[in-house]
Amino acid sequence: MAKPVKERIIELFLKGSAILTVGTTVGIILVLLSESIPFFKEVSIVEFLTDTEWTPLFTTKRFGILPLISGTLLVTFISVIVAVPLGIIIAIFLSEYASPKFRKTVKPMLEILAAVPTVVYGFFALMTVTPLLQMIIPGLSGFNSLSAGIVMGIMIIPLVTSLSEDAMYAVPKSLREASFAMGASRLQTAFKVVVPAAFSGIVVSVILAVARAIGETMIVAIAAGQQPRLTFDPTVPIETITAYIVQVSSGDIPHGSLEYKTIYAAGITLFVLTFSLNSLSFFIRRKFQEKYQ
Amino acid sequence: MTQHDKQKIKDKLFCTIGYVATFSGLLILAYFLIDIFIDGFHRIDYDFLMGFTSRKAENAGILPAWVGSVWILGLTVVFAIPIGIAAGIYFEEYAPKNKVTYMLEVNIANLAGVPSIIYGLLGLEVFGRLMGFGGSLLTGSLTLTLLILPIIIVATRESLKAVPQSLRDASHALGATQWQTIWHQVLPSSMGGILTGTILALSRAVGETAPLIVIGALAYVDFVPTSPMDNFSVLPMQIFNWTSRPQHSFIINAAAAIIILLAITFIMNSIAIYLRNRWQKKIQW
Repeated sequence: MAKPVKERIIELFLKGSAILTVGTTVGIILVLLSESIPFFKEVSIVEFLTDTEWTPLFTTKRFGILPLISGTLLVTFISVIVAVPLGIIIAIFLSEYASPKFRKTVKPMLEILAAVPTVVYGFFALMTVTPLLQMIIPGLSGFNSLSAGIVMGIMIIPLVTSLSEDAMYAVPKSLREASFAMGASRLQTAFKVVVPAAFSGIVVSVILAVARAIGETMIVAIAAGQQPRLTFDPTVPIETITAYIVQVSSGDIPHGSLEYKTIYAAGITLFVLTFSLNSLSFFIRRKFQEKYQ
Repeated sequence: MTQHDKQKIKDKLFCTIGYVATFSGLLILAYFLIDIFIDGFHRIDYDFLMGFTSRKAENAGILPAWVGSVWILGLTVVFAIPIGIAAGIYFEEYAPKNKVTYMLEVNIANLAGVPSIIYGLLGLEVFGRLMGFGGSLLTGSLTLTLLILPIIIVATRESLKAVPQSLRDASHALGATQWQTIWHQVLPSSMGGILTGTILALSRAVGETAPLIVIGALAYVDFVPTSPMDNFSVLPMQIFNWTSRPQHSFIINAAAAIIILLAITFIMNSIAIYLRNRWQKKIQW
């Protein structure tokens, strides 16, 4: 029996909506390429990747992305140091120690941390955390990567927790029971049986946390400064790739100028970084997920 | 002390660490929020809510910003909900299980991981320049639609997956077509999950700043937008602008605007959680 015309039209709309997602990806790649290829005609890729100064908005222009990358990685590193240990401890606690009722109440509460708009976190970092840190570290600059990184870490705790907890929860009960039967304590079971068994899931959560931190914009745009510099000193102002794009977008640089194209060159760098990490996490999940099925 | 006792103490110790870790993030957030309330709550009054931006912090209001946010929310609802749910239905109910579908799924997972600022670059170029919408509400909401589509699609798929196959089979057996089955049986029984995911995605859109900065949303607006083609500001933009100023009085304004923004996001999140719990209780397969 042939399908009625109405159903065919509906199916076409459904399919079209699904294909739109491919269009989005293609659109992103085309837009980034179409604006950054002209940029790389004027600035060589070698200079872009090796020069240690990023000063496209100054009179003497230098186009080395390294300072922006180092700024991005520095903030990411700090946030991961905060989020990964805390996130994994919480995950182990929720999955291995907490009662189901406690788990059910606390998980949505933790999600609140991820629901707060990032501009609000930026405000916290600049207005609350930096002054607090300045009491401990007297030389701390008003804009710095330390405070931005810590606050970003707090924000991504739920991401690490929820993915690692899912992975631990999926470890079959029989493994735990076998461990208990051998006389192991809860803690020993958690760290020597459950964590190794859920390791790929935990790694995925960490990779995704890193990707999220690299792409985070508002916290760093507000609290980390606008001074690209090749440094790993967390107390001085730096600039991340994302913060640079914000800086240029908020200014009034004419469309089509070389300065303007830099945001697409920065954007494609950011895209390549996050895309590789996301693909890596996808690959790991794919490869290790069926281990216990 | 025996080995057993030692392990027991270690166990207790980790349990305590677990409690502390679990609540540390929430306590820090609570501290932040209280701080914001002390800074900004006294600033919220009728003039602040109904006033325009001003160079003088004491006279400045957030009317254009919150009206802009409401516009953005409304337009994003119009675009994102039908497209997101439709794509979700396609993947779950229609798509053949083959390599192409698999690639489409990988693509969505990847889109969900693309930083929001990149969507801003896409929106600026495609909607702002190619289609000529400029820095309008339309450009902003279309950009945010693309940003939250992956979230809505994933939520829709999860909810559809939870509907038992027997329900579909029963409907087909009674002579219903595939679409009739979806529209009258599957969608109503999965609406809870879909709505929850959609509202969470929309609340994310309301709080977004970075892509809107890139598409050219304004930080200083002295008019209330009246059509989708108008330029605009939103609450997060206003907060960003005030936070970036050195004067303390603007910081207080930023804190007050944050209270309003958080109120909106928390209300949306509460509605989502309420819906989730309600539907979970109602439907038990």
